[in-house]
Amino acid sequence: MNCERYETRLVAYMDGRATAAERAAVELHLVACADCRARVEEFRRLWGVLDEAPALEVSPAFDARLRQRIAAEPARGTGLFGWLVAQPRLAIALACLVALAVWISALPPVAQDLANNTTRSEEEFKMIKDLPVLEDLDVLANFEALSEVPATQGKSPRKL
Amino acid sequence: MARSDVQLMLDVKAGDAQSFELLLQKYRTPLVNFLYRMVRDAAAAEDLAQEVFLRVYRARKKYAPSAKFTTWLFRIATNLALNAIRDGRFRQMEVSIDESTSAGDGGEQPRVDVADKSPGMVEQLMQRDRAAVIHKAIQALPEKQRVAVLLHKYHDLDYDEIARILECSESALKSLLFRAYETLRVQLAPLVARGGDS
Repeated sequence: MNCERYETRLVAYMDGRATAAERAAVELHLVACADCRARVEEFRRLWGVLDEAPALEVSPAFDARLRQRIAAEPARGTGLFGWLVAQPRLAIALACLVALAVWISALPPVAQDLANNTTRSEEEFKMIKDLPVLEDLDVLANFEALSEVPATQGKSPRKL
Repeated sequence: MARSDVQLMLDVKAGDAQSFELLLQKYRTPLVNFLYRMVRDAAAAEDLAQEVFLRVYRARKKYAPSAKFTTWLFRIATNLALNAIRDGRFRQMEVSIDESTSAGDGGEQPRVDVADKSPGMVEQLMQRDRAAVIHKAIQALPEKQRVAVLLHKYHDLDYDEIARILECSESALKSLLFRAYETLRVQLAPLVARGGDS
């Protein structure tokens, strides 16, 4: 009889939602299958029994309680984000300031380098200025006084 | 001409509070009943139904009608109910024959005196007993079968809607429904045999 093929179509057949082709196929099967005919009849009685389950009455306070809960819902636009959304020009200005601050902080430190270089030059100048004369080779090489010392006594200037 | 649910929800999106009220009036009872049949706790069903409406309200600005409104609504309800059940928030209580059928009357219905043999009282007792047995049988179904039966039998949703809510194909849904009704047919055989005409 191949009843399984028709099982899933029985419910749609019984509640009138089967297509014309499905209805025709099921009816043809029911003519030949006593078991499925009996099942259809039992399903109809079952649906009648299920209708006996009474409906619940909603409590009279339901609507009032729901309205209270809805009234307690936060309004749209509260909080910092909502405040900014409410004032878009301010939000844009703040965003530009933040972007500018980020850009400035990302710039290379040029002024600092100049200041550092100046300090270094001053220090080097001080070092040269205070350098003792005998350590200055340029001075020694051009020192005319050494040329008057006799050769036998004089030694070649010690090379530093 | 009455506005469709989608149009009402689009009006809610545009800020029309009255449209939200109309949707509330229309779907409050069906939602509470669906959730009650899912979790079997009247107070919890109302809390969950309120949560559904709250989520609809919160999502109003982003609402885009990609499906029927009922598909969206019951999908939220199904997810909330299944999460609540899986969290174990609701004890699966045995239903007594004195159980009230109203979420708000605080269980003040009078107890039935078994010594009272008047036909009305006996019939009332039998009806309560049958209702409890029916609820218990539905509760015993696996989650997806339970959702499928409730949405199909009590809320008359289309197959494609139910399939979207359960995230399955229509053929899989029809198979689910057949297995669910087959199980209920067996579980409720004594009631079915006595005649289902109420």
